[in-house]
Amino acid sequence: MSDRRRALSDTIAAAGRIILGKERQIRLALACLLARGHLLIEDLPGVGKTTLAHALARLLGLDFSRIQFTSDLLPADIVGVSIYDREQAAFRFLPGPVFAQVVLADEINRATPKTQSALLEAMEERQVTAEGETRRLPEPFFVIATQNPSHQVGTFALPESQLDRFLMRIALGYPDRAAERELLAGGNIRERLDALPPTLAPADLLPLQQAVAAVHVAPALVDYVQALVDGTRQDPAFVHGLSPRAALALLAAARAWAFIDGRDMVLPEDVQAVLPAVAAHRLGRAQGGGHANADDIAAIVRRTPLP
Amino acid sequence: MRQRRTPPAAEPLERGCVPWLLACALATGAPHAGHLPVWLSAGAAAALLFRAWLWRRNRPLPARWLLVLVVVVAIAGIYAQYRTLLGRDAGVALLVLFMALKPLETRGRRDAIVVVMLGFFLLLTHYFYSQSIATGLWLLAAATLQTATLLRLFGGARPLPDIARRAALLLLQATPFMLVLFLLFPRVSGPLWGLPQDAHAGRSGLPETIAPGTISDLVLDGSIAFRVSFDGALPENSALYWRGPVMDEFDGRNWRPARLGGFEPARIEAKGTAVAYEITLEPHDQRWLLALDAPLALPERAFVSARMQAVAAEPVRQRSRFAFRSALDYRLNTAESRRMLDVARRLPAAGNPRARALAAGWRTRHGQPQAIVAEALQLFRGGNFVYTLQPPLLGEHPVDEFVFDVRQGFCEHYASAFVFLMRAAGVPARVVAGYQGGEVNPVDGYLVVRQSDAHAWAEVWIEGEGWRRVDPTAASAPARIERGIASALPEADALPTMTRLDLRWLRFRWEAINNAWNQWVLGYNPDRQREFLSRLGLEGIDWRGMTALLAALCALLLAGIGLSALRRRPRREPLQRAWLALCARLARLGVRREDWEGPLDYAARVAAARPELAETVLAAAAAYAEARYGGRPGDAVDRLREARRKLPRKWSIA
Repeated sequence: MSDRRRALSDTIAAAGRIILGKERQIRLALACLLARGHLLIEDLPGVGKTTLAHALARLLGLDFSRIQFTSDLLPADIVGVSIYDREQAAFRFLPGPVFAQVVLADEINRATPKTQSALLEAMEERQVTAEGETRRLPEPFFVIATQNPSHQVGTFALPESQLDRFLMRIALGYPDRAAERELLAGGNIRERLDALPPTLAPADLLPLQQAVAAVHVAPALVDYVQALVDGTRQDPAFVHGLSPRAALALLAAARAWAFIDGRDMVLPEDVQAVLPAVAAHRLGRAQGGGHANADDIAAIVRRTPLP
Repeated sequence: MRQRRTPPAAEPLERGCVPWLLACALATGAPHAGHLPVWLSAGAAAALLFRAWLWRRNRPLPARWLLVLVVVVAIAGIYAQYRTLLGRDAGVALLVLFMALKPLETRGRRDAIVVVMLGFFLLLTHYFYSQSIATGLWLLAAATLQTATLLRLFGGARPLPDIARRAALLLLQATPFMLVLFLLFPRVSGPLWGLPQDAHAGRSGLPETIAPGTISDLVLDGSIAFRVSFDGALPENSALYWRGPVMDEFDGRNWRPARLGGFEPARIEAKGTAVAYEITLEPHDQRWLLALDAPLALPERAFVSARMQAVAAEPVRQRSRFAFRSALDYRLNTAESRRMLDVARRLPAAGNPRARALAAGWRTRHGQPQAIVAEALQLFRGGNFVYTLQPPLLGEHPVDEFVFDVRQGFCEHYASAFVFLMRAAGVPARVVAGYQGGEVNPVDGYLVVRQSDAHAWAEVWIEGEGWRRVDPTAASAPARIERGIASALPEADALPTMTRLDLRWLRFRWEAINNAWNQWVLGYNPDRQREFLSRLGLEGIDWRGMTALLAALCALLLAGIGLSALRRRPRREPLQRAWLALCARLARLGVRREDWEGPLDYAARVAAARPELAETVLAAAAAYAEARYGGRPGDAVDRLREARRKLPRKWSIA
């Protein structure tokens, strides 16, 4: 297992050489993958969302597909269609782009709710039902969806219930000056991506995910997670508090974070580290609309003493 | 080389706290406006308004040099006003100044705490000026506000009723301590420092000389002169002559006490049973006390003068209690000295010729003093005299004009004229000033005597009988003595509102509350304290005993509170205790753990701030994390204790 751990830190380092100055986001994305969750990146075009997804797929040796969501995209464009094969005189299923280990769903909020829900169902069930036949999706299956900030025109905002299916929501943000300078001075990103050697084999991923699920959670930490979740439920600033599913997600993400940090136990620090990514998109603000921001989450943490 | 310590980060002040601080400044400073110079009150108000405006507009606070300049100018102004910076008035002025200006430099939470603490101090200074119930209530409300402000500073934004409830609860929890301190803190006689003005600059009360108009002026004053509680039944109203100063020198217009020296105290032969009572005298800044004729037993440090006045050793400058016993039936100085009788017969050489002539006629006709007295009383009874507060002004021969022309007057006119006539007829006589009657408050049973009950009457000396009280007013207007002043005066005469009959029920209640406050809160002096403690079976306890008892009770209360708090909090396991102890030690060294901060984060922060402790603290935190969150206890408790022992013991202010 220690080899795999080392490979994990190599992965982070390698990804960090492609996406500069975003180590925290890379770690979160990796944690999301190890916790078997899906990732939502909300940010402006051009800050490196696709690059991140692509780099992760390459480094883990996984196959990668990208779906550009548009308003006329249909469910079949994602899932796949059956076409008549004259040679065999039978219908043959042509799998859609969702049949890949890493799927980048770009600008997910540009598609109609019907199309969105086709993808989201696949994410949740990890299988696709088309024309009466259920087909399992590949393993591992990791969706990175991106969405534009919802105030942009021509978007269908994801409903709360759909947002809940993403383990984490992160933002990449602009690179800092030094990172951007390095980016500008560097070569073609596409070429460098293609030249990226895998640091992990696909076969390594499953044992890693199992090891993450086995990270120790002490009763004191469960108390802390409960106190945090309770805090969101008592806070009048939010419409609803975190659901039990969200609490499970928080623990899973914290486990993955602790594992990436090289520990086999979850500390309150881990919970605090993943809390913004796990909780913010699940907490609707009571006033002014929108979701909880970083300050709201920090306030919850500061209000909740360690038990 | 030792690295320089960074000061603990000054926590910035939340914007929402500012209105609280301004309210505190206003609540504690504003009541002083009445006795501060106008420029200071106006300046303080302007400073607070300016701060409120800055807050509203979100503007930056003024520069520090500007504040320093304002402070220097204002202190110079205070010095110019009072010619000192010490003492009660100048000291309070300085405190109010600081209170008004401090909000202008509240940048951090520490400044805000200074404002609140200053407010608590300023609250106390109000007792220099007033100790009334209203002041007490105001200060209680202000103390609640201050406590609420502290809660707001430390507890963050919460709904207003929530903060108010918690503040009230905190004060309520402090009440047992307050009661213990109030009841047991050893009292000293008299104040430790400057007295409130209303505690001794009382009403002057009875005048030192009597001229026409002096008592009728006093009658318009509804304030209370003294209160009496009788041990037994209340004597009849017509027996309630409260004797004040005795006037035996007349200059043609004014009566005043003659200067006498070397006289023995009055000799009183009591007849019948005596009444015992306690008088709570409002301060009048005079030495005379008021007692029923004739006082037999007097309080300590008081004596009976030659004229049977009860006199205290010191002027009465505080509300004080005096216990008396008086015989209502008595004989006074049947063997009076020649000198005293000479004084009581003396008249000015000239003036009031008609009265002199009338008296000379009585003297030749009767010879016996009793008959002369009866003749004079008959004159007042039958001569169509009118008892009024607003008599016409009298001229050069006041007695003549009163007796023969205007025939309208108040008690001092009657007493003065009567004594003049007696002296002119050769009977020794003198004017006695005091109070007559009083009114029972049905709420608490005290007899209340007001300035408006002021009265003047006469005493004549008759061979074999001694001094006998004669009240010429009673002859002319018997209702005054039997039923009180309100029923004796004509309707048109304006009396103080508080004496009017229709507002009585309200007044009775208010005065009973006030009296209870005076008797039990303000009047809780060494005597009351001794009395109270002896009722608890602690007779003869001295200040050492009281202090010990005080400390013991407070310790008991604290222990009770501590125990109940401990019971509410589950006992921590040794690991957690050891960790918290280590954190507490580190906090004293300048790096405090936030209560939400995880062990490794905290250790990293300590390591950054105090690199020399890094190794110890990082290892200890890792061991703690393993034990608490990794399920591998190991020897973490010992390692934490060991780490704590290794830390330096230095104390720091942070």
